[in-house]
Amino acid sequence: MSESDKKKPNRRDFILTATTAAGAVGIGAAAWPLIDQMNPDASVKALASTEVDISGVEPGQSITVLWRGKPVFIKRRTQEEIDSARAVDLKDLKHPEKDEDRAKDPEWLVMLGVCTHLGCVPLTDKGDYNAWFCPCHGSHYDTSGRIRKGPAPTNLEVPKYVFVNSKTIKIG
Amino acid sequence: MKKIIKLLFFLTLLINFNNPKAIAESSPELLKVDWSFKSFIGKFDRASLQRGYQVYNEVCSSCHSVKYLSYRNLVEKGGPEFSEEEAKAIASNFEVIDGPDSTGEMFTRNAKLSDKFVMPYANEEEAKSANGGAYPPDMSVLVKARKGGADYIYSLLLGYEDAPADVNLDDGVYYNKYMYGNKIKMSAPLSDDLIEYSDGTKATSEQMAKDVVSFLMWTAEPHLELRHKFGFRVIIYLIIISVLVYFIMKKIWSRIESKI
Amino acid sequence: MSDHDYQPNSKLGKWFNDRLPLLTLSSHLREYPTPKNLNYWWTFGGILTFCLIVQIVTGIILGMHYIANADLAFESVEHIMRDVNYGWLIRYVHANGSSMFFLAVYIHIFRALYYGSYKSPREIIWIIGMIIYFLMMATAFMGYVLPWGQMSFWGATVITNLFSAVPFVGESITNWLWGGYAVGNPTLTRFFSLHYLLPFLILGLVILHIWALHVPGNNNPIGIEIKQPSKDTVPFHPYIVIKDLFALILFLIVFAFFVFYSPNLLGHADNYIEANPLVTPAHIVPEWYLLPFYAILRSIPDKLFGVIAMFASIFVLVILPWLDTSKVKSAIFRPIYKQFYWFLVADVIILGYMGAMPAEGTYLIIARIATAYYFLHFLIILPFLGKKEKTLDVPLNITEPVLGGYPNQAKTKEKSNIKENL
Repeated sequence: MSESDKKKPNRRDFILTATTAAGAVGIGAAAWPLIDQMNPDASVKALASTEVDISGVEPGQSITVLWRGKPVFIKRRTQEEIDSARAVDLKDLKHPEKDEDRAKDPEWLVMLGVCTHLGCVPLTDKGDYNAWFCPCHGSHYDTSGRIRKGPAPTNLEVPKYVFVNSKTIKIG
Repeated sequence: MKKIIKLLFFLTLLINFNNPKAIAESSPELLKVDWSFKSFIGKFDRASLQRGYQVYNEVCSSCHSVKYLSYRNLVEKGGPEFSEEEAKAIASNFEVIDGPDSTGEMFTRNAKLSDKFVMPYANEEEAKSANGGAYPPDMSVLVKARKGGADYIYSLLLGYEDAPADVNLDDGVYYNKYMYGNKIKMSAPLSDDLIEYSDGTKATSEQMAKDVVSFLMWTAEPHLELRHKFGFRVIIYLIIISVLVYFIMKKIWSRIESKI
Repeated sequence: MSDHDYQPNSKLGKWFNDRLPLLTLSSHLREYPTPKNLNYWWTFGGILTFCLIVQIVTGIILGMHYIANADLAFESVEHIMRDVNYGWLIRYVHANGSSMFFLAVYIHIFRALYYGSYKSPREIIWIIGMIIYFLMMATAFMGYVLPWGQMSFWGATVITNLFSAVPFVGESITNWLWGGYAVGNPTLTRFFSLHYLLPFLILGLVILHIWALHVPGNNNPIGIEIKQPSKDTVPFHPYIVIKDLFALILFLIVFAFFVFYSPNLLGHADNYIEANPLVTPAHIVPEWYLLPFYAILRSIPDKLFGVIAMFASIFVLVILPWLDTSKVKSAIFRPIYKQFYWFLVADVIILGYMGAMPAEGTYLIIARIATAYYFLHFLIILPFLGKKEKTLDVPLNITEPVLGGYPNQAKTKEKSNIKENL
């Protein structure tokens, strides 16, 4: 045994390296299920979309619905609010986005009611822009849900949604 | 080597404890089927699962629920793998109660992929009263809940016979040679050409039993294919690494004059 | 032991080690002088530590998804099996892990019995081990209740009813255990809580078990006390570490076979039927690892004495260091004890088998004989044998027989073998 090893001094090093590498891969592979189990499971992922009846919402009103455990604001904007949102110069914005890109139908603004700062739910029709204001750390959003003042880094997120018909929005 | 034999001996004993054949009092030998999912890398027969779903849907589902199964499962890998459109079409045939809506009323709507399979009865009591006092068991994990598993369910489905002269049967009770106690409240569910397979396979009783049992095996173990795949890889991996570690161990121990 | 002299190389290490001597501990664990003739039966200590960690890790994960509620428990287990990412894998590892844990612990215990590892100066190690074993049984039993299947429910009913055998206050005790007048939701939630707690107690006891082991050092197949460190010992790292690792990997192959190819073989089919307080399964059988005790319980025709006999069968192990009067530890040098040892092994296996059979007819008679023999072995044969048995000559140190190759076999006596093997 020891005789042949002297002739091939690298053999043991090679086996040791190979085993250590294989062992590390194995431990990594075994650890993955333990980590991945905390990710959203198949039943949660399946609840991807929700349909909302918007027939009862008057201009200027907004409703809040729950989608994937988070509030979604659906606001039926007045012409005045649409105009003020569209009049803003993009250069004034912290996170420049056109109102036209945020609201497919200018009358309806659909977005997650989750402040992009640290996840509180902003208050509706409050703040410097009389739109949304997050009471936690003072972020002000305009009538297009764009961040204008305060610590939040980005605009309120617009989820994927479609108008199924004139009365129903499908979110997700 | 002697140690390994000893270990194997104990393992065999251990397994035998939990498979006490002796307990299965004189029940006849189960019919054996060459299941495609049995081997170390066994998989389900996709077409058989789809046919099995059809049998479940057209024959079993009037009495038996599969309450832990969702319509989305029909699409998932390792199952019948219906296309998403097919599964949506299947789901939309069923109505579920949802709600309350904004006025507080419950309403019915067509089932979606995310819904659980619709049950034939609202609860166990309703199921019992509709079936002469016998509860048709939920079939989600039925294969795992019966000793003998897939072979047992298969045998049971084909095990209906005329009762021997010395056995008295009440109304609504049938004789089945594989059933525990031989008396069963389910009438023979399958007969040749009971249904017409959409893929044109001839619907013999044996074919239907095989298909529906495959389907039930899948409902009980939806991740069976992945489990087999992982198992094969894990064991190969462990064998390789055990050989590597063995050589390292030999080398390390060769430094001292002692054998291991 | 020389590890008190340990000094870390770096300044930071020394600064830290002066305040919390973890580096000294780590050095002690690496240098720990271990007899060099330990055979593979000694690797099960490491395997058991691994099993405990696997059970704790997978258990904590299952606890994230499981719902301890009589109406939801069964469904939540199915949720784990179907929807949770790799939930099926984690649950099957946990469920089969308990069987693997017991398989390893039985090998560990029977190794100690064969080589007399419970004898002076290792009585405390043995007693802590028995407490661990007892807590393991309690933990495993409560864990089996959690899926809330038929076997869970009726197993819990039968075992908790054991306490009703206590005179006068039996019924109060069972009602107290149940939190009601039968096994129900309160029982389930408290079992969940305790099932979560006990493994950490076991972990603490395992640390004490190892601590107590490191005071006198390991026993060895020859069963003689050796000087530490000496030419009879090797440092724990790398010699024992690599050997334990090798054995662990072989053990994992068996483990993996169960998890991936027969995950329900060691369980019971009835536990996939949701608990139903109105219907008792035809045969209530505990998990395989509890069967010998179950057989002892059933073999006594009186309720109270059955329970007493069952607990006594464990207690008799606790006092074993004082029942076995022989000064010689290893069965290698005790030819008659060796015979009785294998009788005991066979007896326990027979008891286990009878525990799985219906308690009637021939089975019951065999179970009674086996029960009687079990107590006979510990209470009469061992004390008597220790005084009467003529033991073989025990070598003075292990280096001599170690040169012979396989010291764990009785061949070591035959010096002629030594030359051949060299």
